[in-house]
Amino acid sequence: MKARITITLKPGVLDPQGKAIAGALHALGFGAVGNVRQGKYIEVEVAESDPSRARAEIERMCEQLLANTIIENYAYELEAA
Amino acid sequence: MNIAAHAARAAEGITPEIVAEHGLSANEYKLLVAALGREPSLTELGIFSVMWSEHCSYKSSKIWLKKLPTEGPQVIQGPGENAGVVDLGDGQAAVFKMESHNHPSYIEPYQGAATGVGGIMRDVFTMGARPIANMNALRFGAPDHPKTRHLVAGVVSGIGDYGNCMGVPTVGGETNFDPRYNDNILVNAMCVGLADAGRIFKAAAKGIGHPVVYVGSKTGRDGIHGATMASAEFDDASEEKRPTVQVGDPFTEKLLLEACLELMAEDAIVAIQDMGAAGLTSSSVEMADKGGVGIELELDRVPTREEGMTAYEMMLSESQERMLMILKPGSEKAAERVFRKWDLDFSIIGYTTDTGRLVVRHRGIVEADIPLASLAHAAPVYERPWTKTEPQATVAAEEVPAPNSQLGALERLVGSPHLSSRRWIWKQYDHMVMADTVQRPGGDAAVVRVHGTGKGLAISCDVTPRYCAADPFEGAKQAVAECWRNLTAVGADPLAITDCMNFGNPERPEIMGEFAGAVEGMAAACTALSFPVVSGNVSLYNETNGIAIPPTPAIGGIGLIPDIATMATLALKRPGDVLMLLGAEAGHLGQSLYMQVMLNRSWGAPPPVDLEAERRAGDLVRALIRSGSLSAVHDVSDGGLLAAIAEMALAGGHGVVLDAAPGPMPAHAIWFGEDQARYVVAARPDKADAIHKAAAGAKVPLRLLGTIGGDAIRLDGEPPLPLAVVRAAHEDWLPRFMAHG
Amino acid sequence: MKASVIVFPGSNCDRDAAVALEAATGQAPAMVWHGDSEIPASDLIVLPGGFSYGDYLRSGAMAAHSPVMREVVARARTGTPVLGICNGFQILTEAGLLPGVLMRNATLKFVCRDVLLRVERNDTAYTSRYARGEVIRFPIAHKDGSYFADDATLDRLEGEGRVAFRYCNATGEVTQAANPNGSRHNIAGIYNETGTVLGLMPHPERLADPALGGTDGANMFLSLAETLH
Repeated sequence: MKARITITLKPGVLDPQGKAIAGALHALGFGAVGNVRQGKYIEVEVAESDPSRARAEIERMCEQLLANTIIENYAYELEAA
Repeated sequence: MNIAAHAARAAEGITPEIVAEHGLSANEYKLLVAALGREPSLTELGIFSVMWSEHCSYKSSKIWLKKLPTEGPQVIQGPGENAGVVDLGDGQAAVFKMESHNHPSYIEPYQGAATGVGGIMRDVFTMGARPIANMNALRFGAPDHPKTRHLVAGVVSGIGDYGNCMGVPTVGGETNFDPRYNDNILVNAMCVGLADAGRIFKAAAKGIGHPVVYVGSKTGRDGIHGATMASAEFDDASEEKRPTVQVGDPFTEKLLLEACLELMAEDAIVAIQDMGAAGLTSSSVEMADKGGVGIELELDRVPTREEGMTAYEMMLSESQERMLMILKPGSEKAAERVFRKWDLDFSIIGYTTDTGRLVVRHRGIVEADIPLASLAHAAPVYERPWTKTEPQATVAAEEVPAPNSQLGALERLVGSPHLSSRRWIWKQYDHMVMADTVQRPGGDAAVVRVHGTGKGLAISCDVTPRYCAADPFEGAKQAVAECWRNLTAVGADPLAITDCMNFGNPERPEIMGEFAGAVEGMAAACTALSFPVVSGNVSLYNETNGIAIPPTPAIGGIGLIPDIATMATLALKRPGDVLMLLGAEAGHLGQSLYMQVMLNRSWGAPPPVDLEAERRAGDLVRALIRSGSLSAVHDVSDGGLLAAIAEMALAGGHGVVLDAAPGPMPAHAIWFGEDQARYVVAARPDKADAIHKAAAGAKVPLRLLGTIGGDAIRLDGEPPLPLAVVRAAHEDWLPRFMAHG
Repeated sequence: MKASVIVFPGSNCDRDAAVALEAATGQAPAMVWHGDSEIPASDLIVLPGGFSYGDYLRSGAMAAHSPVMREVVARARTGTPVLGICNGFQILTEAGLLPGVLMRNATLKFVCRDVLLRVERNDTAYTSRYARGEVIRFPIAHKDGSYFADDATLDRLEGEGRVAFRYCNATGEVTQAANPNGSRHNIAGIYNETGTVLGLMPHPERLADPALGGTDGANMFLSLAETLH
């Protein structure tokens, strides 16, 4: 199965990169742009056909390595590879 | 060899259009067919096109480059290898080279600059040297050009991220802004490494039946000529098959560096070559040709990153962080162990042969079978027509309008894009890693200690494009002389240079004339100063819509300081010390920064360089530094005498009290003239007499300029200019410019 | 004092740390490859600066899961001093030996320059040669050096006196202008609960030699040599 994992900064954690992106968008004339937050997107293929076991596996990966849960949240979608 | 297969492939149609897309002229294609004895396959055409390209064959520049002096007692290896090598004594050698990555950096500034840095470091560690310092010479368009800020930001962060991750200090460089670089920026990266003089690794693949080994990253479709990819052969190309910008991976390169140096410590490598431009093609051709052997490659064994890569793509890919080695038979296992330890791909992809041919097999088909000599030596060599650049008249100082206030003009000069502090740039470079940087960026030359010794290597990059544009011969002479002077100013014995020859389209006689003039100017200066060229690179066709860059022969020089305890810096250190000028004053304002900044235009001849006077002044200054007579030293260049004094004051945080300019020359010619072969030095008053005597003995004019003290630059008849004001002007421009993104 | 320097793929200040340690202790440290699970008996373990695993994913994240780190964590828990410099500090936070995280600099740019630091306490093995409140000069060289922890963690760190160094001006004042990267509370380095594990972004090993322009960093290694001999 394939997991599409999105990692974002927790609300309230300062995101200078997001701020810079917002600034650049404003400079390009996108005046309607408000707050911008950036994050990471990771695709992981797992040799596991049982969705619930795959979920458990992905969550352990996120907790242990892919996200730093002090500052980051993660979310994912699972699909058959 | 299956000629029928070749004929069949040829029949697939190497059309004149495909030939043109490969950058070969109709005549060159005829030569190719003659050299091969038949029509080429597409893969063969690709291989010829890169080997016969300007980049690999130096077909337009070769006859000129022969004029450069390349020898000297200090030279261990001159041009022709991956990098030049000079002797540092004690069994140690410096390995160094500068290379351009201009076009890729304009297209994608971050990756272009990063991969440029990666490539030059590979050139150096390929030879068995650990890189110990990086430098760069950057030319951007006008500050008000809409792309300039984006390009500066990308290039600087690309250079920084790559070198920083590698853990090699980037110790300085130079940066210019000029509208003539608007559509053709220059990114020239230099790397200096340290090796054992007795263990220099070269590219010649001697021996038959030796394994050809591929190490490093996997091969992808990076950097393959776009137009070719879109040709008939690839009409089923999907989105994924499109050529991509080369992406640098400094982490892999760091592993490759450590793995190569680890294996080099053993007796396993016959020859080694970086897969840089034209990747597998040029590395295998160059190694086999230099060693006088043939080479057979089995492309099915090349580690690839993408599915379904063709022979054409594998041979032309410019994927980064890869090396090709010829191993001694029997050392394959030991080598594989080292590369596996460092998590790198390792594959035996072929063998050396006695056929003198490059044979490439893929999926059981011979995709190429070419006599190596035709690739390496049959490339056309052009003696392109050229016209000498018309020299311009020397401008009399009286013809150049004077400023209302000398110190006011100084403030404008040091706060201009051309002379303002480059701190914003080098702050983003780790210039201290390796813990041997004994002179940080901002001085005349950076100095890195030779690890574990008291010796220092001084490094400087120099050229003044506006001089070269006005007079390529004098401008190139000046570039070499200024580099020599900068190394001298920190107390080093200049050893040798590398060059990056950046010019426009050589098919235009006036551009070829610039190239010819520059080579002759360099040759004159290198000869007179015993400062040979040991490596380098030529970058032509830097022009867009017929507008060429100014001729830019960037010079990267290194020098040796026998004892870093005697190293000089430009910072003024002690109030009460006297300030002196060494060297003759002619008040030359033609092509000066004063003209450019204050009058917004430049005209006339650039300052001439008297190479004998240059040598006399430099030898004197170096001797005075070594004897401990001087407390600060700075060469006089852009902006002239007053700018040099201001830079010394800022670096040391001490003001100066200057005597009025002596007549009869106009004061602004004294303060802002850019006469060459000059240094400003500071010394304790009780040493002044001895310095006077030494200067007289060396036939170097000396003039007392004033005294160090206070917190302002004071000049008779004008209100003092506080250092804080000069500093603000000097430091603010670049960060302010970059912040307006 | 016997020290071990852990070498990860991508470490690049390992040699610099070893040179400074040897200068201070007269003894070359053991260089321990990350793939080894054994660390020789050591009075001090150093996680050097660099870009372990290219700093891909997050600075320090991959190295924190390297085999050797299990042993480092075990030694730290039994009281062996562990010093993490720059990337080493990032690894220590990712490995959970120190709280918080090092985020992208507020400027978004890599910054390499000298900074001034206020020594917050001098009763640890690392700082006995400094005076409390002393202002010292160390270089920084990082892109991800902005120390972040939530309010509760910061309160705890401050309450327990676990801030080791703070970015300050020449007179020792902790100001916004003196903060090079946006770190909360101007934190440049912190200790664990027992003061035996220290992580800091600045590089003491880069100013531990008069030829390099300063020796403030040498005092950290000399403190360790004197305390842990």
